Amino acid sequence: MSKSEKEPLFSGKNMKLLSTPLNDENPITVQVLGICSALAVTAMLEPAVVLAIAVVVVMGAANVIISLLRNTIPSRIRIIVQLVVIASLVILVDQVLKAFFYDVSRQLSVFVGLIITNCIIMGRLEAFALSNKPWPSFLDGIGNAAGYGWILIVVGFFRELLGSGNLWGYPVMETLGVYNIGYEDNGFMILPPMALITVGVIIWVQRSRNRKLIESK
Amino acid sequence: MEELTNIFVRSVFIDNMVFAYFLGMCSYLAVSRTVSTANGLGIAVIFVLGFTVPLNYLIENYFLAEGAMVWLGPGFANVDLSFLSFILFIAVIASMVQLVEMIVEKFVPALYSSLGIFLPLIAVNCAILGGSLFMQEREYANIAQASSFGLGSGVGFYLAIVGIAAIREKIRYSNVPGPLRGLGITFIVTGLMGIAFMSFMGIAL
Repeated sequence: MSKSEKEPLFSGKNMKLLSTPLNDENPITVQVLGICSALAVTAMLEPAVVLAIAVVVVMGAANVIISLLRNTIPSRIRIIVQLVVIASLVILVDQVLKAFFYDVSRQLSVFVGLIITNCIIMGRLEAFALSNKPWPSFLDGIGNAAGYGWILIVVGFFRELLGSGNLWGYPVMETLGVYNIGYEDNGFMILPPMALITVGVIIWVQRSRNRKLIESK
Repeated sequence: MEELTNIFVRSVFIDNMVFAYFLGMCSYLAVSRTVSTANGLGIAVIFVLGFTVPLNYLIENYFLAEGAMVWLGPGFANVDLSFLSFILFIAVIASMVQLVEMIVEKFVPALYSSLGIFLPLIAVNCAILGGSLFMQEREYANIAQASSFGLGSGVGFYLAIVGIAAIREKIRYSNVPGPLRGLGITFIVTGLMGIAFMSFMGIAL
C-alpha cells in the first residue's frame, strides 16, 4: 500500500502501523485472528470484497471511538463497552447494506452480524486502541483490517476463478476459450473445506518467502 | 421427537459449525494444542450454546420479531425491533459466559486455569453468536427445536476441536516442511477433516 500524500501525520512510525499488519503481523496468517468470518464468504469475489470493506469501516471507526473514550472507560466493564460500540457500528453497516446492496447482504447472511465477534476487532481494541491516541489507533485499525481484507480477496479470487471460472460474475475462463481445449472448472473449490486449504497454501507461500515467521518445533 | 433428532444430527454432522461454516475458528485453532484443554473448551461451548440459543429464541419471538410484542397489548402489533437483535443476543451471551466462568472457577479450578483467557473469550466466539443468528435465520418452529439445534451445534464443535487436538498431538512427531509448521498444516488438516465431514452431505433427514 503506497501513500503518496505528503502529510506530516504520515510519519515513519505511523506508516509502520499501517504496513506491518499487511505482512509481518498479518491478522489471519500470523496472529490467527478473525478467521471465523473470513472463510465462509470467500466462495466468490464480490461478497469477499464487500465484507473486507465492511470490516475496514467498522474497525477504523471502532478504534477511533474506543481510543477517544479510553480514559473514561473503567477497565472492569471495558469488554461490554467494546462490544456495544462494535455492535452499534455493525448494525449501521448491516442496515446500509440491506438498503443499498440487498443481494450482497443476502449472500453474506449472518456473516455481517458476525463482524461483532470478529476477534481481530476486539483484539486490536484491547491491544492497541485502549492505550493509544486516536490517529495511530485509526491507522492501526485500517492496517489490520486491510491485512485481513487482502487475504479474503486473494482467497475469493482463486476460489471463484478456479471453482466457477468467473471473476466478479464475469465469465473469464469462457472468454479466454480454455474450455475448448479441454479445461474443466474444479467445482471442489467452491466447497467450504477448500477455503481452509487455500489459506493453508497462502500461509505456506508467505512463510517460505518470509522465513522469520516460521514456527519453531 | 423425530424432528428433534433430525435437527440434532443435522447440526452435529452436516451443518457442522467448524467444517461447514468456519465458525469458532479462532479458539478452535488456538486451544487445540492438547486434547485435555480442547476437551474442556468443547464442554464449555456445548453448555453455553445449549443455554443461549433457546434463551435468544425466546427473546426473538417475544420481543424482537415483527408483531412479537402483541402479548403486551394490541398497540404493539406493528412494533419491529429486529434491528436490535445483535446487541441483545451478544448481551445474553456475554452474561451467560460470565456465569459459566464462575461455575467452572468454583467447581473445576484445574480446568479454569488451563483454559485461561479462552473462557472469557467464548463471549466473542463466533460459533456462539453464529448459533443464535442461524436460529433466527432458520426460523425454528418452537423452543424444543431451537434447543436441539443449539446442543447439536455445541456437540459438533466439541467433536471438531477434540479431533484436531488429537491429530495435532500426533503430528508433532512428523517432519512437516518448515513454512507449513504449526498454523499452515493445521489449516490443511482441518480442510481434509472438512472434506471427510462432507460425506454426510446429501443424507436426507
